Amino acid sequence: MAAGKKVVLVACGTGIATSTVVNKAVEKIAKENNLQVEIIQCKMMEVPGYADRASLLVTTTVVDKDKYSFPIVNGRPFLTGVGKAKAEQEIRDYLAN
Amino acid sequence: MSITLNQDLILLDVEAGSQYELLSIAADNLHKQGFVKDSYREAVIAREKVFATGLPTMNGGGVAIPHTDIEHVEQAAISFCTLKSPVEFVVMGDENSRVSVSMIFMLALKEAHSQIEMLQELMGILQDEEALEYLKGETDKESICRFLQGRLPDVA
Repeated sequence: MAAGKKVVLVACGTGIATSTVVNKAVEKIAKENNLQVEIIQCKMMEVPGYADRASLLVTTTVVDKDKYSFPIVNGRPFLTGVGKAKAEQEIRDYLAN
Repeated sequence: MSITLNQDLILLDVEAGSQYELLSIAADNLHKQGFVKDSYREAVIAREKVFATGLPTMNGGGVAIPHTDIEHVEQAAISFCTLKSPVEFVVMGDENSRVSVSMIFMLALKEAHSQIEMLQELMGILQDEEALEYLKGETDKESICRFLQGRLPDVA
């Protein structure tokens, strides 16, 4: 396996509002933990186009978990603060392995 | 490019029987002020049905941040509305959960991947119980306007 950056997809309905905030949060987690990642911010409908490259999806929308082979983390905690520590931990765990 | 939030975009004690009625009222007002196109109202309602924006906050309340694609917007603006009686929104990312919402920030954003600071500070308000309590109780539009302009970068 070529050692490369893990690709994290950050998605919301419009690709402009909530994914922007979640994108920043994921960037911060990666930086603080020295994790090399490439973050792609997109609309949820664009996710299938990136699916073969992605290691993780962080999204604020409803998603069919059976549709994808990579893990999915709910990004809402980064908007409201509710459950934020747990979501951060999940992301760290997925990216560290 | 600044984002407008003036007193005409603040609607207090709105009487709405449902989330869609509330979205219509707020969207019509944005349209009346010239910030969004004709198509915005239907687009924001359609978007809410597919990608719900209800957010349960730390204080046990709920805030919604309805918005839609940039092509329906003429000029960036935010409308803040409080409700006389809360209405239910579907929780963002969880179609089986509902949250009782007492205020909304309707976002009319014009550029993709922009306004990061403003969006982050807006989420900061949603995580700030004191700010939420203040916004829920304040009855003076000028004060609310000054408060939000002070907290949100690029908002005037």
